[in-house]
Formats: sequence, structure tokens, C-alpha cells
Amino acid sequence: MLSLRAVRKAYGGSQAVAGIDLELRNGECFGLLGPNGAGKTTTLRLALGLVVPDSGEIRVLEEPVPERAIEARRRVGVVPQTDCLDPDFTVAENLLVYGRYFGLTDRAIRARIPELLEFAGLDSRGASRIASLSGGMKRRLSLARALINDPDLLFLDEPTTGLDPQARHLIWDRLKRLVARGKTILLTTHFMDEAERLCDRLAIMDHGRIIAQGTPAQLVVGHIEPHVLELHGEGVSRWIAAHADSVCRRWETVGETTFCYLHDPQPALAALQDVRISHEPGSVQDGGVLRYLHRPANLEDVFLKLTGHDLRD
Amino acid sequence: MSLDLSPPRVSLRFAQVWRRNLLVWRKLMLPSVLGNLADPTLYMLGLGFGIGALMPSVDGVSYITFLAAGTVCYTTMNSATFEALYSAFSRMQVQRTWDAIMNAPIGLDDIVFAEMCWAAAKSMLSGMAILLLIWLLGLSHSPLTLWLIPLTLLVGLAFAAMALVITALAPNYDFFMYYFSLLVTPMVLLSGVFYPASTLPQLLQQIGGGLPLHHAISLARPLVYGRVPDGILLHAGVLACYALVGFYLAVVLVRRRLLK
Repeated sequence: MLSLRAVRKAYGGSQAVAGIDLELRNGECFGLLGPNGAGKTTTLRLALGLVVPDSGEIRVLEEPVPERAIEARRRVGVVPQTDCLDPDFTVAENLLVYGRYFGLTDRAIRARIPELLEFAGLDSRGASRIASLSGGMKRRLSLARALINDPDLLFLDEPTTGLDPQARHLIWDRLKRLVARGKTILLTTHFMDEAERLCDRLAIMDHGRIIAQGTPAQLVVGHIEPHVLELHGEGVSRWIAAHADSVCRRWETVGETTFCYLHDPQPALAALQDVRISHEPGSVQDGGVLRYLHRPANLEDVFLKLTGHDLRD
Repeated sequence: MSLDLSPPRVSLRFAQVWRRNLLVWRKLMLPSVLGNLADPTLYMLGLGFGIGALMPSVDGVSYITFLAAGTVCYTTMNSATFEALYSAFSRMQVQRTWDAIMNAPIGLDDIVFAEMCWAAAKSMLSGMAILLLIWLLGLSHSPLTLWLIPLTLLVGLAFAAMALVITALAPNYDFFMYYFSLLVTPMVLLSGVFYPASTLPQLLQQIGGGLPLHHAISLARPLVYGRVPDGILLHAGVLACYALVGFYLAVVLVRRRLLK
């Protein structure tokens, strides 16, 4: 379907993509996760042949890229990060004009439009102007447009960024349907819930490299302790000083919150209970309030462990 | 950063991008036609009759006939320039239309070629409207004026290509003012649109001699007068050079801008 081998791309002195290997299997949904600037979009642009790699080998649907990128793109659909719909056209005209870029006849495209509009939940919107659509509708139209050529492989660059929860769920539902129909999907995201929900396999990227790869469950099991305690409140530092070494395997403080990562949560929970019993929370003498949340580890913990807590701008 | 200097790879796929622009134009035709045609027509009639009344003849013809030949080229230039600057910039930078097209199986070189051909076609229409006016007003009865039709296409291609170079470099719309103030306006004044360039000082005539509008008018004016122009090959060759070199530069610069 898609394979990248030892692909590198540098801009000036900085490596946007610093030697990555990727292999997409037929019919899977593969997620590319990473903080801003990790190289996700560059990776997609490399696979589309819009960026020429400094070295490495790229094949998309058996075609070598960028040499035969145009042939490869005939069978690929792309939902770009910014929708870039044509504001001068109606919803249906957007699909018609885009279909022509694939060399499809007007008749073939017109025959496909009702089905695509239905899939995108835009049945009654064919004649609407783009300016009258909500953000979620525009995204769905982008998705419909990407399907105009009935592609085998779909690239989605942050498909739900900026959408409200309802709109996100609708997009997720449609993507699941596409995978069920046998499409192969490569999506980039920085939403862990999205990745966990949709993706069969994931790669976490940072600084142009793939730093971990596997199913969501494998990543959680392989990279992080199964239990997390989130502690916050003024009493955290005192509790950490007294107990952390003995009950936590690893902890990290980010802003106001301390994350304790544990294999066995019982000793830590017991220690927290002791604090509650021996001191009345909130009093000044005991160092202040201590609140906690005990939860299973998730992909976000893996992500933050691997890419760090620093802001990326 | 290294430049991709390889020759433009143009295919028939460009036609679908051209058609896209045609479809937009058809939807917005009325204001577009009005702006493209009404303005030059009014100028030509106003200046032609107004100033024409003050002087008996230029080049042995009425002033309005003299002006009409210049206006054909001037209008074509303006129309191609505006389309390839403002409209193409909107599609490239603001609406990201080109980005969407590049995700389909169409290359960037095809897109730039389509933009050049589109701006030229649109400008040809503007030039043609002035030609129609020339016929309707009886300013010329020569069948040689039919040669103005291919000429406007060549003029349109040359100015579209030049404008696309500027578009490829432009950070924003304001940048285009440099092009107008530093190149287009001086060129209009040096190329003999409103008065014979021969009235200018020698140095200015020499500068004007290198500019594409001068060569366009050198072909258009004799045709309107019903004469076969001198140095057809030279004038047409210079215009073709502006078109080809401009297109090549535009492709290289747009690649640098978008394919990264």
C-alpha cells in the first residue's frame, strides 16, 4: 500500500524527517501521532510526491514516488489540514470540478455525487454555497471530495482539528465505515482519543523520527506502567517527599499536577488514605489540600512520556 | 535552498484547471465583463473624441484610430496582468485552490501553465472587445485587423507569464503595487499607447524599445491602419520570449514556494 524506507528531508540545517520507515498494510487505519512540528505533515507531503526526499525510498500503491507521484495520486484521496474548498462553487460543483482533475467524465462524476453527499451527511446541501456550511460540514465535504475517485488509500491530515465533539464523532463514524469497506487510511492527529478509537496501528513521531510503533494497546503496555495517579493541590509536594520513593515507580510534575506511574496502585492508594485519615485536608498545618485521581494508563501517558511535557510551538 | 531548474513538465491535464477558472468566470461573468470592457471602452471614446478634437491627425490618421490600436494592446495587457496577479494569487495563497489541485493527479507545472493560458484567454476577450469597437466605429475596414486576434493571444501570454513571476514572489497583495508603479505604468508611457513614442527623448525611446508593450503596439498599429507591419518576426519573437522566459521563471519560483 504505502512504504517509506530510510526517508530523510532537511530544510536548511534542521531535519524535518530524519530517516523514517513506515509500512502500511492493506485495509488498516494507521495513525501518525506527534506534537506540532514533529514531521507528520512533511511525511504526508513526501508520500504524495509534493516534497522530494533528500534520500530514501517511497512507494505508494506500487508506484515509486516522487517519480510517478501523479500516477500514484490517481488512486489516493487526500483530506488536507485546511479544507481548501472552492468558495466560488456550490457543494456539488466542488465535487464535479475536483472529479475532473482525476480525468473522470462529468457523467461519471454526476452519477457519484448523490452517494457521496449522502455519505457526508450533506444530502440536501448540494446547491449550498461553501460560505453557508459549518466547520464540520466543510470537513465532511473535504472527505467526500477525497472519495470522488474511489481511492484505495486515504490520507487525512488532522481530520478533526477544530471541530466540536458531535462533528468529530460523525467524522470518526465515517472513517470507520471506510475502513470496513476495505480502504486503507493514513491519518495524522494529536488527539490521543482519536488515535485510540480509530487506529489499528500507530507511530509516534518526534523531531522527524518515529520513536514508537505498534497497536494502541501494545504501546500502552510496552511503554508505560498500567496505573496512573494524578495528584494535585497544595499538599502534593509534601506527600511526594514523604511517600513517592517508596510507593511510586516513577513520577513527574507538570504545572500543578504530579503524575505517579505505578504497577501496583495499592500501596500508594493506602498512603493517600492515611493522609486523609490523619489530617483534615485543607488545614494549613498539614501543608494544604491533596486531591487525587486514580486511572488506567492511556495513550496520552505514553505520548507525553515519549515526547515530553514541553510546549511545542 | 536548491532550486528545481528542470524544464516545465506540461501535460493536457492543465485543461481541467483552465476549465475550473472558466466555470468560476461564467458564474461571475457580468461584473467581470463590465470591469474588463466598459473601462477601456470609455477611456478610448472619451480620450479619442475629447483629445482627438484638439489635434487633426497623428500618423496621418484620426487620433481615435491611433489610440484604438494602442488600446487593443493596453487593454489586453491590463486584463492579463490583473488576472495573473490578483486572481492567481487568491487561488494560490488565499483560497489554497492550487494546494487542493496538487493533491489530485495534476502537477504544479500544469497549474501554472493553466493559469497563464487562462489569463491570456480572458485578456484576449478584452482585446477582442476593442477590436469589435474598431469595426463598429468604422475606424478600420482592413481585413488585416483580423491578425489582431492571434496578436492579443500572444500579448496576453507574455503579460500573464510576467505577472505570474511577480505572483510567485509576492508575500501579499500590496506587493503588486511595485510591479505597477515600477514597470507597468512607465511601460505604458514609454510604449506609445496615448502618443507616438517617437515624440520622447532618444534615451526613453531606447528603453521603451525593450519593453513588450512597445513590440505589441508596433504590430497592432500598422494592422489597424491596414498595413503589413515591419519586423514582424522581431516583434513577435520578443513577445514570445517574454512569454517563454516568464513562464519558465514563474514555474521555478512557484516550485520553490509551494513544493517544500
